[in-house]
Amino acid sequence: MAERLLTVENLAVCFETYAGEVQAVRDVSFYLDKGETLAIVGESGCGKSVTAQTVMQLIPMPPGKIKAGRVVLDGVEISALTDKQMESVRGEQISMIFQDPMTSLNPTMKVGKQIMEVLIKHQDMDKKEAKEKAVEMLKLVGIPKPEKRVDQYPHQYSGGMRQRAMIAIALACNPKLLIADEPTTALDVTIQAQIMELMQDLQQKLHTAIILITHDLGVVADVADRIAVMYAGKILESGSLDDIFKNPQHPYTWGLIQSVPRLDRKTRLIPIEGTPPDLIAPPVGCPFAARCQYCMQICRDQYPDKTAIKGNHYVHCWLQHEMAPKVDNPLAKGGNA
Amino acid sequence: MLKYTLKRFGIMLLTIWIIITFTFFLMHLMPGDPFTNQKKIPEEILDNMMEKYGLNDPLLVQYGTYLGKVLQFDLGDSFKYRGRSVNTILRDSFGVSGSLGLYSIIFGAVAGISFGIIAALNRGKFFDYFVIILAVLGVSVPNFVFATLFQYFLGFKLGALTSEWGFRIFPIARWGTPMHYVLPVLALGASYIAYIARMMRTSMLDVINQDYIRTAKAKGLSQRTVVWKHAIRNAILPIVTILGVAIAGIVIGSLVIENIFAIPGMGKYFYQSVLENDYMMIMGTTIFYAVILIVMMFLIDVLYGVVDPRIRLD
Amino acid sequence: MSDMTYKQDDFKIIGKDLEGSERIVRKSLTYWQDAWMRLKANRTALIGLIIIIVITLMCFLVPLLSEQTFNYQDYDAINEQPSSAHLFGTDELGRDLWVRSWKGGQISLLIAVAATIINVTIGVIYGGISGHFGGKVDIVMMRFIEIIYSVPQLIWLILLRFVMGNGLGVIIFVLSITGWGGMARIVRGQVLQLKQMDFVTAARTLGANTPRIMWRHLIPNTMGPIIVNLTFQVPGAVFAEAFLSYLGLGVQPPLASWGLLVNNGTKMLLVHPYQLFFPAFLMCVFMLAFNIVGDGLRDALDPRLRA
Repeated sequence: MAERLLTVENLAVCFETYAGEVQAVRDVSFYLDKGETLAIVGESGCGKSVTAQTVMQLIPMPPGKIKAGRVVLDGVEISALTDKQMESVRGEQISMIFQDPMTSLNPTMKVGKQIMEVLIKHQDMDKKEAKEKAVEMLKLVGIPKPEKRVDQYPHQYSGGMRQRAMIAIALACNPKLLIADEPTTALDVTIQAQIMELMQDLQQKLHTAIILITHDLGVVADVADRIAVMYAGKILESGSLDDIFKNPQHPYTWGLIQSVPRLDRKTRLIPIEGTPPDLIAPPVGCPFAARCQYCMQICRDQYPDKTAIKGNHYVHCWLQHEMAPKVDNPLAKGGNA
Repeated sequence: MLKYTLKRFGIMLLTIWIIITFTFFLMHLMPGDPFTNQKKIPEEILDNMMEKYGLNDPLLVQYGTYLGKVLQFDLGDSFKYRGRSVNTILRDSFGVSGSLGLYSIIFGAVAGISFGIIAALNRGKFFDYFVIILAVLGVSVPNFVFATLFQYFLGFKLGALTSEWGFRIFPIARWGTPMHYVLPVLALGASYIAYIARMMRTSMLDVINQDYIRTAKAKGLSQRTVVWKHAIRNAILPIVTILGVAIAGIVIGSLVIENIFAIPGMGKYFYQSVLENDYMMIMGTTIFYAVILIVMMFLIDVLYGVVDPRIRLD
Repeated sequence: MSDMTYKQDDFKIIGKDLEGSERIVRKSLTYWQDAWMRLKANRTALIGLIIIIVITLMCFLVPLLSEQTFNYQDYDAINEQPSSAHLFGTDELGRDLWVRSWKGGQISLLIAVAATIINVTIGVIYGGISGHFGGKVDIVMMRFIEIIYSVPQLIWLILLRFVMGNGLGVIIFVLSITGWGGMARIVRGQVLQLKQMDFVTAARTLGANTPRIMWRHLIPNTMGPIIVNLTFQVPGAVFAEAFLSYLGLGVQPPLASWGLLVNNGTKMLLVHPYQLFFPAFLMCVFMLAFNIVGDGLRDALDPRLRA
């Protein structure tokens, strides 16, 4: 029986800027069970990083502001905790790794020490124990000669190694949840594969739940249990891996799947034309309306209700309404699926 | 690291040589000779003196002799204070200027860095504005104005007040006791506090926005740890370089401060020698100042190399 | 679930609205428009600007329009306190300090502005050349500056002044010769950075030649730091001149300059403090205003803070 780990309910986050209030996250809800991997997929600027950082209360609160919603971790409403209280959650119950390992590590502190910090803070280890555990962690993430590497500085590591070190830091205290915000975007393709494999491997060993944030559907295919498709601050469609890849319902999801380049057969690249809306003045209706070839008048006027498809697969789209014309999934016709 | 140090060392030597040469030729561009300002000296004695100081030799010969002497740390004899060599004068007064300078730098750096850190951590709040205003004031008000004001208000007025209780709290001038340090150090340090505080504040603000600070926070470390072990440690790096500029400034400032407070330091002698056309003394002092500064810069470069692991381990 | 009744029309497919999606919601601003907007919003900087304008005007108008000239010595009115006849009082030679202070400002400003213009010109050209050519040329040129700067500017000032004698021209020369290094370094740094940027490569690929690249691409992008540095050079020059005059090596009486007046005033501090106070106050307020405006400009022109 799956046990619920994380629930995010109706989260809304905005930023006060020079030009006005930007609605970065507008009514986002999702859940995560223990040991599960949820992938949040979407274009740059759709709000996925902000959502993740809000879960850990890492967004600076001016200019950021949580307008609505709550986050519950293992029964505790962490969105209501103070910053000081969050200190015992961060690094120990929830950890995060970021996109650019070059700038995410302190350049003047030895890598080993950066791992030891979490151990000393959360698990009350002394220096000696912490150092031993740090070496162990480096070994676990596949860094050769860990006893030597533990005393080196980040600039002495390669890009892939740095990301491994970040993972070591994140998993040192065996957190329940790991949030990976575009962990492979800044890395070479071959290294990407290694890192994803490493994460899968560690998940099996440590039973960590993972939220994987990415704009690349290709990366998600092997790793995720469930996928949430995010656009302009809202989740448009969500379901299991099979649901999304084999039975996608939202035109945006179709667009995303179609735009993944394929190496196995020669097909035309089909991009999604247009750009996402400016979130200073988010559109009233469906945010994808302007770029959707199936757009209807009602799409522009009103945001579509939630439609359950099967199990935990749901979608927000007017095409689901009984009054809408039947549209076939273009992928099913021998498109790019 | 070794390559870096050697390179800086080489540049240091080159610079010193150029300064010596330049100063020498500059001095000799002056119209007249060192004795024109002084009271009438009989022809013969004048001739003798010109011979003795080698002033009749061709310029290049004079240069060679001078360079040779300098390399043996002999900066010649003062023309004004005849009988006293430049070296002696410098040696005597350097102790005074040196300690004044040292305390001013320490005071300026400690206060400046602290203010800068606190301002950055309290961005937009009262302390931040206070530090910014202080910083702008420090840069806009010349240190001789500060010195005079301190002398007036803290020395004279406050002293008048405390003399009713039997003593003068801050001596207005001269040198000798620890109390004598207070006003000059304050005046010299004031502009530097302002400058350092502002640089430190900018550096801290830059560092706080870096990704690794976010990582540190995501690890659940306390605000205190994030600030001390991660932010300050990185923010202070550029300040090490700034110290070089601050030291140069304090050297300059001392010229004026020593005059105002009648402190028998190098600055006072330098100034006198300029007024009296004592050009051995001028050259000697300029070279001495330059060498001190250049050596300081070199040491600071080395210090920076040690403190930043990216340079240290290459 | 809402129970609104829907019109069938609403469900007819109408397709994409790409123009709509690409419509730019926020007003597009050029770099300069954006900077100006930010500067205007900075009230302290605006106040600073007003102060600068007011003081400059006064420095030129007061000596021109006043009845008493700055060097008229009235032996009946020596060392007088400020009064309605003499707003700032008089000095030990009976000269009116109101006029003298503003005249002093005039001279100080003239020197500072002239020196700054020369500094900036030399600095921009030197830095531009060094940055543009890069390589060995750049290394040698920068070493040269490093060597000059190893002796503090003010010591050079004293030495040169000593060698070259008196006169306003000398002072201006001396200030400009020693002050261009900072500007040169900044311009060179900017040019080096910009040279590598993709937009320059793009321009070159489109066939632009060197002068065109320098003129239309490199220079406009360096203007920001140049302007900021320029704004800080002026108070720097005022300060350097004041320092020189304070040591008696700058402007000579009967002319006046702020440094000279402060020097005189210091001598009389214990007896007639107002003689120090007024010129010092004027000078400091002026430098303060310039620094504030410089800060404001720096914030306004920083591309990272763009709205």
